[in-house]
Amino acid sequence: MSTIDSKIPEGPVAEKWTNYKAHQKLVNPANKRKLDIIVVGTGLAGASAASTLAEMGFNVLNFCIQDSPRRAHSIAAQGGINAAKNYQNDGDSVYRLFYDTVKGGDYRAREANVYRLAEVSNNIIDQCVAQGVPFAREYGGLLANRSFGGAQVSRTFYAKGQTGQQLLLGAYSSLNRQIKAGKVKSYNRYEMHDVVMVDGRARGIIAKNLVTGKFERFAAHAVVLATGGYGNTYFLSTNAMGCNCSAAIAAYRKGAYFANPSYVQIHPTCIPVHGDKQSKLTLMSESLRNDGRIWVPKNIEDAKKLQKGEIKGSDIPEEDRDYYLERRYPAFGNLVPRDVASRAAKERCDKGFGVNNTGLAVFLDFSEAINRLGIDVVRQRYGNLFDMYEEISDVNPGELAKEINGVKYYNPMMIFPAIHYTMGGLWVDYELQTSVKGLFAIGECNFSDHGANRLGASALMQGLADGYFVLPYTIQNYLSDQITVPRFNPDSKEFIDAQKKCEADEDALMNIKGKRSVDSIHKELGHIMWEYVGMGRTKESLETALKKLKELRKEFETNLFIPGTKEGMNIELDKAFHLKDFIVMGELIAFDALNRNESCGGHFREEYQTEEGEAKRDDENYFYVGCWNYQNSDDKEPELLKEPLKYEAIKVQTRNYKS
Amino acid sequence: MATDNIMKVNLKVWRQAGPKEKGGFVTYENVETTPDTSFLETLDILNESLIEKGQEPIVFDHDCREGICGMCSLYINGHPHGPATGATTCQLYMRRFKNGDTITVEPWRSAAFPVIKDLMVNRNAFDQIQQAGGYVSFNCGGAQDANAIPISKVDADEAMDSATCIGCGACVAACKNGSAMLFVSAKVSQFALLPQGRVEAAKRVKAMVAKMDELGFGNCTNTRACEAECPKRVSISNIARLNREFICAKLKD
Repeated sequence: MSTIDSKIPEGPVAEKWTNYKAHQKLVNPANKRKLDIIVVGTGLAGASAASTLAEMGFNVLNFCIQDSPRRAHSIAAQGGINAAKNYQNDGDSVYRLFYDTVKGGDYRAREANVYRLAEVSNNIIDQCVAQGVPFAREYGGLLANRSFGGAQVSRTFYAKGQTGQQLLLGAYSSLNRQIKAGKVKSYNRYEMHDVVMVDGRARGIIAKNLVTGKFERFAAHAVVLATGGYGNTYFLSTNAMGCNCSAAIAAYRKGAYFANPSYVQIHPTCIPVHGDKQSKLTLMSESLRNDGRIWVPKNIEDAKKLQKGEIKGSDIPEEDRDYYLERRYPAFGNLVPRDVASRAAKERCDKGFGVNNTGLAVFLDFSEAINRLGIDVVRQRYGNLFDMYEEISDVNPGELAKEINGVKYYNPMMIFPAIHYTMGGLWVDYELQTSVKGLFAIGECNFSDHGANRLGASALMQGLADGYFVLPYTIQNYLSDQITVPRFNPDSKEFIDAQKKCEADEDALMNIKGKRSVDSIHKELGHIMWEYVGMGRTKESLETALKKLKELRKEFETNLFIPGTKEGMNIELDKAFHLKDFIVMGELIAFDALNRNESCGGHFREEYQTEEGEAKRDDENYFYVGCWNYQNSDDKEPELLKEPLKYEAIKVQTRNYKS
Repeated sequence: MATDNIMKVNLKVWRQAGPKEKGGFVTYENVETTPDTSFLETLDILNESLIEKGQEPIVFDHDCREGICGMCSLYINGHPHGPATGATTCQLYMRRFKNGDTITVEPWRSAAFPVIKDLMVNRNAFDQIQQAGGYVSFNCGGAQDANAIPISKVDADEAMDSATCIGCGACVAACKNGSAMLFVSAKVSQFALLPQGRVEAAKRVKAMVAKMDELGFGNCTNTRACEAECPKRVSISNIARLNREFICAKLKD
């Protein structure tokens, strides 16, 4: 059994990063020019890493599957980015951001990584402002903040409801500067298919040119994956249509451990599913919970009438509404972390209090905020989200619907939890290196900072922390002894063999010649995952899932149909590659969830809950990172390795958002 | 709100096998959908039925499906992003159409955006314009404290309004001249309004305009079609600011 070395530096948690930087090995400017780095992905992590490495002098090859680096799905993040600036003078500090993040993650994150994240968070805001990111400001000209779930301070920086867009365009602008300078070579509409290993180290990739349909070989001294999460395993999620986990699974097949795959975040405020033709789910930003109040009817009769369409939410007066988050969690109210809010919504709907025709929705109501602040102020804060909601659901949440006993009621939104983010990912050590030498993973692609649940506005923080401020340091420690290694020849045997393997995989898919489309099988996968590996899991449901996934793989391998040929662009073929890996991913999630006989954060096993229905952890037996090691075949169960967690600065306790 | 009324539409779609192949319209009749289904989901439904028949699906660009990535790019019934205003194609729902409608779907039409396949075009020219100067030149790590330079809320909000451009290319597709002025001016404005961007404002505007001209985009003749069709409602006052910035920069030469 392999041992796991997380390479956490010595010393107190607050000094680890400083100590690391003081003692790590560096590469001098003349040598940086001799070294090539492949960065796959152009989201917040990928674009910031590619541009920063190029600024330092490395030669970067940067790949994305979209038509431009600016399209990466980081662009869709709405709410904001956390930092411990304490500009609001409300008691924030690096320690408090660190503490909130560890607690929000239900004590399953690696302490040292989270502390470093909190430490560099302030640099990110400085960097973005210098890039010309137009953050929201107060009239005095200083930066504005708002609150997000799991925090009692206002530490979230934002640019309307488009913070991800603005941060990504900032990173994209830095990237463009380096592309122009010739330090980054940008490959758009290219998809990575494999990592090429030479003498036990990652030395390049095979990528498919999605326009010509041809595989191409690329060599470098190190490979960085910034390819996002695996939420689309569930078919319906808030991820973009193109988001996939194939690059991560390619790394996993090459021996990179996959850590904590069962930690999947289900976001509480998404627009409910409307039908079986739906292609994706739309998120309504968590920032809405600053002023919106979540409720269902107190009386089951009212819920039944809502489900039949006999009454509307605005017909139900204040005294008959159950603001269940405020009732259950007085201290945090509507701003509890996402996993807690999602489970609470499921609990009410399971009990029959759901408010739409499927019984799978709760209300998010702005009546109180509009009565308090006026519609203009509320629209200024959330106008674009109200518009988005109206376009999709044909209901305007800012519209006065009814007046009962002098109280004005506005149309509430309907929301329901949906798959949103994946905390699990490729295992990385403190240096963000995977268990494969020379292969790094950053951003959502790795597992490192969020434990079992990510707090709102922390994904943008982590992506940019990894790309701007962590990887550019740590990768040098790896590259420092590579300066005498000459450039690799992508025509060498290892590269040619890897390309042949990709071509053989492609032929195998084309030759199945069955009857079912990729999407029809993917929808079935999504159904299995949501039903049996979703918000509430049991031993039985997970065993059922594993059995069904095995059958689904068989169906995929024997009954898939891909129209057209492998020459040129074939979008169905590209989707088939993704689906093959989503099935492997689905099994990984189920294996990990089955192994973890406890509930923590986004992973909720119904057998393990308190009398009040809260997640019940088992720190005695599961205080570790679950790392899954591939066993040379998709059909074999992976081996479980454990990285024990060590907490020095924080006392591990039960999460409490009640008082 | 959720209606399960089935509606049928005819989709008249531009099909083109490759950049150099000859394209043409193909009409797909009686595509079944519902008013609560999005336009792109209706194309998904059509594609599934084509695949069932062993045919190749219609290729179109799309990704986030929530109106922010700028990937979707369809010219629907003579309008970039279709009949809705202030919305991208992916935010268009079938309730905007009537049962029995014939809907014409084309790719962006512009010399600068050549067709790759069917409805998918190559918008690399937009990236090249950004690479010419759409950035602030400084290296990561050297920034001062974020609150060191106060910026008036009015300027910051206006810069945000300009920065909201998603780079989809609807402005170019809408313009009879194929001009990219709205796109270029949005980035020039964002930086011109902020102290961080002012330092190299003159250099930036000249470089970006020169690149735009070089890549074959047309000139602006103030028809305002770009503003009318922009899914993010980017204002043409940005073009006025671009012109002002450009003239001032040139005068200093």
